[in-house]
Amino acid sequence: MNLTLHIWRQKNASSPGKMVRYEVKDVNPEMSVLEMLDVLNEELTLKGEDPVTFEHDCREGICGCCGFMINGVAHGPQAATTTCQLTMRHFKDGDELFLEPWRAKAFPIVKDLMVDRSALDRIIAAGGYVSAPTGSPQDANAILIAKENADLAMDAAACIGCGACVAACPNAAAALFTGAKISHLGLLPQGQPERVERALNMVAQLTVEGFGSCTNIGECEAVCPKQIHIEVISRMNADFRAASRKSRKEPYQDPSEFRRWSFGLKS
Amino acid sequence: MQLDSKIPSGPIEQKWDRARFEMKLVNPANKRKYSIIMVGSGLAGASGAASLGELGYNVKCFCFQDSPRRAHSIAAQGGINAAKNYQNDGDSIYRLFYDTVKGGDFRAREANVYRLAQISVSIIDQCVAQGVPFAREYGGLLSNRSFGGAQVSRTFYARGQTGQQLLLGAYQALMRQVDTGQVKMYPRTEMLDVIVIDGRARGIVTRNLATGQIEVHMADAVCLATGGYGNVFFLSTNAKGSNATAVWRAYKRGAAFGNPSFTQIHPTCIPVSGDYQSKLTLMSESLRNDGRIWVPKKTGDSRTPDQIPEDERDYYLERKYPSFGNLVPRDVASRNAKQVCDQGRGVGPGGLGVYLDFRDSINRLGEQAISERYGNLFEMYERITDENPYKVPMRIYPAIHYTMGGLWVDYQLQSTIPGLFVLGEANFSDHGANRLGASALMQGLSDGYFVIPYTIGNYLASNKFDKVDESHAEARGAVENVTSITRRLLSIKGKRTVDSFHRELGKMMWDFCGMGRNAKGLEQAIGKIRELREQYWQNVLVPGGADDLNQSLERAGRVADFFELGELMCIDALHRNESCGGHFREEYQTPEGEALRNDNEFAYAAAWEYQGQNQAPKLNKEPLEFEYVHPTQRSYK
Repeated sequence: MNLTLHIWRQKNASSPGKMVRYEVKDVNPEMSVLEMLDVLNEELTLKGEDPVTFEHDCREGICGCCGFMINGVAHGPQAATTTCQLTMRHFKDGDELFLEPWRAKAFPIVKDLMVDRSALDRIIAAGGYVSAPTGSPQDANAILIAKENADLAMDAAACIGCGACVAACPNAAAALFTGAKISHLGLLPQGQPERVERALNMVAQLTVEGFGSCTNIGECEAVCPKQIHIEVISRMNADFRAASRKSRKEPYQDPSEFRRWSFGLKS
Repeated sequence: MQLDSKIPSGPIEQKWDRARFEMKLVNPANKRKYSIIMVGSGLAGASGAASLGELGYNVKCFCFQDSPRRAHSIAAQGGINAAKNYQNDGDSIYRLFYDTVKGGDFRAREANVYRLAQISVSIIDQCVAQGVPFAREYGGLLSNRSFGGAQVSRTFYARGQTGQQLLLGAYQALMRQVDTGQVKMYPRTEMLDVIVIDGRARGIVTRNLATGQIEVHMADAVCLATGGYGNVFFLSTNAKGSNATAVWRAYKRGAAFGNPSFTQIHPTCIPVSGDYQSKLTLMSESLRNDGRIWVPKKTGDSRTPDQIPEDERDYYLERKYPSFGNLVPRDVASRNAKQVCDQGRGVGPGGLGVYLDFRDSINRLGEQAISERYGNLFEMYERITDENPYKVPMRIYPAIHYTMGGLWVDYQLQSTIPGLFVLGEANFSDHGANRLGASALMQGLSDGYFVIPYTIGNYLASNKFDKVDESHAEARGAVENVTSITRRLLSIKGKRTVDSFHRELGKMMWDFCGMGRNAKGLEQAIGKIRELREQYWQNVLVPGGADDLNQSLERAGRVADFFELGELMCIDALHRNESCGGHFREEYQTPEGEALRNDNEFAYAAAWEYQGQNQAPKLNKEPLEFEYVHPTQRSYK
């Protein structure tokens, strides 16, 4: 099949971008969207043009690198599917595809379809862990966890950190991402000791990074390639409210020196 | 070059204890005076960097992806082994050790493997404490399953996403250290050279992939945890970015390369569908627990699978290996798939595929039970192939998956360059000529959490470190080396893209140094690879410049290294006149077509030493002694 692509081209964060039109011919329906871009990039290279930059790595839907808007939908039309696993058989001859990067204040554009999602790493650094220094634990089976809780924790832990939830949200909130980690750890006994601080610090970091607030729209859940359920946001809100009552600490305010380590914000 | 494996003396059960006692310690107050570089943030890199940070060392951690959480360990599906014997089915440290040495076809170092089996137990404790959501039984205890090549249930798993969950555990531990300032994280940064001063690794040269900036980082020790080199083959189950540049540039600075030809072909991958194919997708081999592998008995049988009656199907693994059946080790399963396809009995487009059929399990256990076990894998298969595996058997074919070879390291994980340590898949140490399922995650975490924190302390405490900085002549030389490679690649402005060369190299490697190898083919391949490399350096087209984000340039440097590594793989495969594990030399097989080892001449690890551009590499041998598990012909019948 033959398709028309309109792709967002932008040299770097400081220069203006624009949509550029490309015609792609003889697209095999078995290809993934990224493989179609590979073919386009080979042609552009041979023509002496700059190939399209897009983030990708595992190409099996688990690393969370890939993703862009396809006709206004994060990761495109197929539910529960990352861009790398979206095959062209979901499109038909003559279709026009508009490919744009994730758009959010907290995700500055790096180049073309690639954005900087290091804000998500800093949210994890703010508290998305259990402090378990190497070598200290007890026997694994000494901690009993009801299967139901283990399964719910796993559902939340399946998040791949791709950022589609942020891109789809009209508020550019990272509530689904943050709620998923807070739920994963909060559902397990190992996550209890730090539960209060975790909620306070991770939620505060959301504001620092410039993400919007959640208003329960639900676009995030609709595009999530791992089908993270929006209930994780209720759990985050419940933890945050409980933590705000319990804690005598001021919620964490300023990004510490160290939380600015990442790409683009090197201290 | 003298290879000293530094295996501690004494009975195998006591070696690691003894080594830990004999190792020098760095006083807690002095740890902050030392700096360590960790390249890579997968299971080995993230767990190592986090653990070293916890101890109080100053750590810098590097990854080429936009976040440390993306490292390719994340894609491991099936599980992680540990000798917990929670199932009371006869497992023990000794049995895991035995299985791993045997599974590796007697080409691994016994002492390392025993240590790995010992540490496996602590890994599970560590991961559970971090909140890794392993599968559980209704009583709340951990669940286990059996996994390719093992007759006990010792594999811990988190649905089909075990690697993801273990990596996120290590990543979260790492981010905790980043937040305290103990570890500095450098994402989108690729290591392009090692700086060796007075014979010791003292730093690295990196390129910031977003800005193109070349930077120098100095330290007291350097660790490489940069994964495997399966992408030499272009098509593999590795992530697109996985590459050999870090280990290869270290090799060219003097680190010996161990058993480069030992690569693992995974039997259960989705077959290739066309020329545009960019990678191969693995289907977890846990599927072999309930799926039955077969092909039609007749050659060229074009009927659909449901039209082929039971007595015209050949369940060839069950027929040839009645005691292990569909659960034979990966190398055996892969080779047999190739054999039946070579006989013209393969299925699907091009005849390069075999069926993996769940019909009988669904009849026995119900669709619900199968969906609980493999639901996400079935969905993934359907997403890619548009076929429903509940109704139609899956089609699978072997693909490059893992590389047992890697930089040679001693028992302390130190390469032949003092101060350069190598962890995880990047080293050669624990899997011999074939890796058993669910052992890669175990080794990565063992090296990172529980080995490097001790051995690097010993190195630091045993040496004095002069202050060095980026103005040192060796550092400037390394920077010049890196910039000259980049300049050269950009100046060629030829007529072929990087990918077109990479595909051609990959096809050669697959044809001549893949599942079956022979002397004539390997000799031919070495010549052809050299020719193609010449063409590469005259005719490659790398668009853009060096001072910008340039994905073509990133790939161009990696492919340049793949050419040289590919040649070394063929040289190694050619010199090893025997078959063992994943290295199958067609000239050396038993009458039944199984791998035929030659223990008299080849019971050693080959450690290749760089001798300069276009010079033949020098072979060094580390003899392997088997005191505990005596070499036998592996039999899975």
